[in-house]
Amino acid sequence: MTMQIAEPVSLSQSAAKARAHAAAARNNLRTEPKAVRIAIIALAIVFLSVFIVLPLVLVFAQAFSKGILAYLAALAEPEALAAIKLTLVVATISVSLNLIFGLVAAWAIAKFEFTGKTFLITLIDLPFSVSPVISGLVFVLLFGAQGYFGGWLRDHDIQILFAVPGIALATTFVTFPFVARALIPLMQEQGTQEEEAAISLGASGLQTFFRVTLPNIKWGVLYGVLLCNARAMGEFGAVSVVSGHIRGETNTMPLLVEILYNEYQFVAAFAIASLLAMLALITLIAKTILERHLDEGHDINDD
Amino acid sequence: MGLTLTWLSVIILLPLAGLFLKSLELSPEQFWNILSSRRTLNALRVSFGLAFAAACVNLVMGSIIVWALVRYRFPGRRLFDAIVDVPFALPTAVAGVALTALFAEKGWLGAPLAALGIKVAFTPVGIFVAMIFIGIPFVVRTVQPVLQDLDPEIEEAAGSLGASRWQTIIRVILPSLAPALLTGLALAFARAVGEYGSVIFIAGNLPNVSEIAPLLIVIRLSEFRCADATAIAAVMLVVSFVIIFAVNRLQRWAQNRVPAR
Amino acid sequence: MTIEVRNLVKKFGSFAALDGVDLKVNDGELLALLGPSGSGKTTLLRIIAGLDWPDSGEVAFNGEDALAQGARERHVGFVFQHYALFRHMSVFENVAFGLRVQPRAVRKDEATIRRRVKELLDLVQLDWLADRYPSQLSGGQRQRIALARALAIEPRILLLDEPFGALDAKVRKELRKWLRSLHHEIHVTSIFVTHDQEEALEVANRVVVMDKGRIEQIGSPDEVYETPATAFVHGFIGESVELAVQVEGGVIRLGDRQLNLAADGLASGASKLFVRRHDMLVGPPGSGAFEGAVQHVRNFGPVQRTEVALSGGETIEIDAPRDRELRAGDTIGLEPRRYRIFANA
Repeated sequence: MTMQIAEPVSLSQSAAKARAHAAAARNNLRTEPKAVRIAIIALAIVFLSVFIVLPLVLVFAQAFSKGILAYLAALAEPEALAAIKLTLVVATISVSLNLIFGLVAAWAIAKFEFTGKTFLITLIDLPFSVSPVISGLVFVLLFGAQGYFGGWLRDHDIQILFAVPGIALATTFVTFPFVARALIPLMQEQGTQEEEAAISLGASGLQTFFRVTLPNIKWGVLYGVLLCNARAMGEFGAVSVVSGHIRGETNTMPLLVEILYNEYQFVAAFAIASLLAMLALITLIAKTILERHLDEGHDINDD
Repeated sequence: MGLTLTWLSVIILLPLAGLFLKSLELSPEQFWNILSSRRTLNALRVSFGLAFAAACVNLVMGSIIVWALVRYRFPGRRLFDAIVDVPFALPTAVAGVALTALFAEKGWLGAPLAALGIKVAFTPVGIFVAMIFIGIPFVVRTVQPVLQDLDPEIEEAAGSLGASRWQTIIRVILPSLAPALLTGLALAFARAVGEYGSVIFIAGNLPNVSEIAPLLIVIRLSEFRCADATAIAAVMLVVSFVIIFAVNRLQRWAQNRVPAR
Repeated sequence: MTIEVRNLVKKFGSFAALDGVDLKVNDGELLALLGPSGSGKTTLLRIIAGLDWPDSGEVAFNGEDALAQGARERHVGFVFQHYALFRHMSVFENVAFGLRVQPRAVRKDEATIRRRVKELLDLVQLDWLADRYPSQLSGGQRQRIALARALAIEPRILLLDEPFGALDAKVRKELRKWLRSLHHEIHVTSIFVTHDQEEALEVANRVVVMDKGRIEQIGSPDEVYETPATAFVHGFIGESVELAVQVEGGVIRLGDRQLNLAADGLASGASKLFVRRHDMLVGPPGSGAFEGAVQHVRNFGPVQRTEVALSGGETIEIDAPRDRELRAGDTIGLEPRRYRIFANA
């Protein structure tokens, strides 16, 4: 068998020159050789696929492994319905509370100068870096039978621990930073000029807040509420410590996932888990959309 | 203003202060006995040791992911960029059961790994895997904006001064990213140390081997050994404070290096 | 080191940043690339440095093909517009960087590196800042450190991108003088990019005026100012009165008026008449080629900047000497001492 092989020598001088130029140009100062590029991209994709995509896919695969009817039946269990309802109630309470706390805290930090401000900012971040189990534990220490307020609560027949108030409190604590974190940079950036203008025009404090401040930060508020809600519905560690795991009464969705999983009711466990995973995915999509609004918001605040 | 501070204190400081007061009720000797018990020490060792190892893996893999996301164009880049946030948003219990099922002996990845003789679920390796999962967004999201904003001119400057690409990366780019990398490492570590939900399912929870400190707190609590739980929690809380402090210092360091143009 | 650029073309999408550029830079010269933003001057500089590659054309250093080499091999000192100092390194380490990253075989020992950096810091008169970090320096100091860093590698060519662009007016003036004297001292072939004509004319030996990816004129500062080659150069450099005129068979018309100006050898057609503001001599009504009414006078240092409404309706601004005071409402005659006419492209 014979083959025609192009002789490199026969290349014209200008072609050789062009090739040398191209080779030098490829040796760009701000990028790596192609092999390195491909290796890095491949590593990143494999890592993200194994550690993030696969678990996510698995949740849905397991939930529907016995068919859609089994899936729906699992969700229709009274225990499941009770958990969903409790989760919604708790999330509503803690999101509302944190909306108010977050607004006020962000307002205070962004618009005023005072001593201890740095400390306050650190304080707001604290629940992020404390183990959720410890967050639950502190409420046991406060309201438990041996806790500081335990005796008083028992005398007055008020149930906090192992009941909805305890779960709501622990969730509020854990999700506290979200709204404030979302708003502080936004409000700092916007400064105080608009508020000062409103006040100089005769608006009262509340009028200024509702007519000037709030419209400026509405996307930020929504962003904070969104993340706060996602964490509130999904919180496990802190709630696990304070809930007491009373079936049908103090089990939130994540807790029910644990119980069902430990009882080998995999379809049921993953059915509930799939709802929570959906919540996470919807949250991420909404977050992406909101981030776009927030980026635009720098220019067009009044639509 | 005063009202704000009061609210904040009530919601955050009071509970934490309660914890410290409670741990102060213990005599130093009691405190020491609890902490130096074999099971506690092992739990702390498992939590801190594996969290640090996982944070280091996250540092390396996170840097690679950030580099790919920021510097290269490839199909699905935006999707993978969005996916990085999943561990932030996915409830920890869901992550826990999903990772466990994935790495269990009959799981999608567990089965091939078992064939190679590697057991992940219900061993310390499982804890390590779960900690990597929950830590990765911290590194990516702290480093990504810094790499994006890195002035392209400094790389061109290094190149025109004769530095090879490798020298530019080691001597110019990495030092510029150092504060962000260390911040990401610290945040991932802090999160992994305290993590509960995504770890306990896959851990196996064998005392002294694969029992994490937060789980030991829960166990002591369910045994009504409040003092033990409090002492362990106090140690972990102090570490959290140290990390927050370190991160704040890192941020200040990073800010000071930004030239005032 | 001479630099030769032949027929350079560089497109970004459909926009031609360089549209056939030819340029020869002599050894030891200090050359200015002058033009408005988007004229392609920075692109040309970056191609010479090896930071960008042309779509076609040649770049040669001392007759040898430069495009076959990457930026690392070209030994070109490049000073970036925003200095691009390494902010995590001290001033000393910034300057030493180019020496430290040399291949092991040719790398100098530590003592030599220290001595060399010290020399360079002396040269830019900032030896007392060696241990500072870039964020602790003023703009002018950063500029000089960036220059010292570029000189450390003993570059064959020194390229500066808008070297004074980010500085305030006073520092800019000082640094201009300093750069001139520095070049005198080290005598390395240097090219700097600027959009500021004053800077180009004051600092450079030769000025290259660019517009829309093409070179409009190459010449000494005097040449480009006194004998602009194109309408663009006349309009861009110095302040001129610019009037749209019609040339027909040796006669120049402004609107329907015939101007009493020589038009020998000019092609017929729509043209532009340029007169430097200070070249418009003021006389009594009817004494010059133009006549007009003074609208507004502002005293401006040695001159009075005067707005004149010409009898045809156009309004021009001239710089009249202050020996004869003008007042709004005066009718004056204007005679251009020198003028140039360019046919419209």
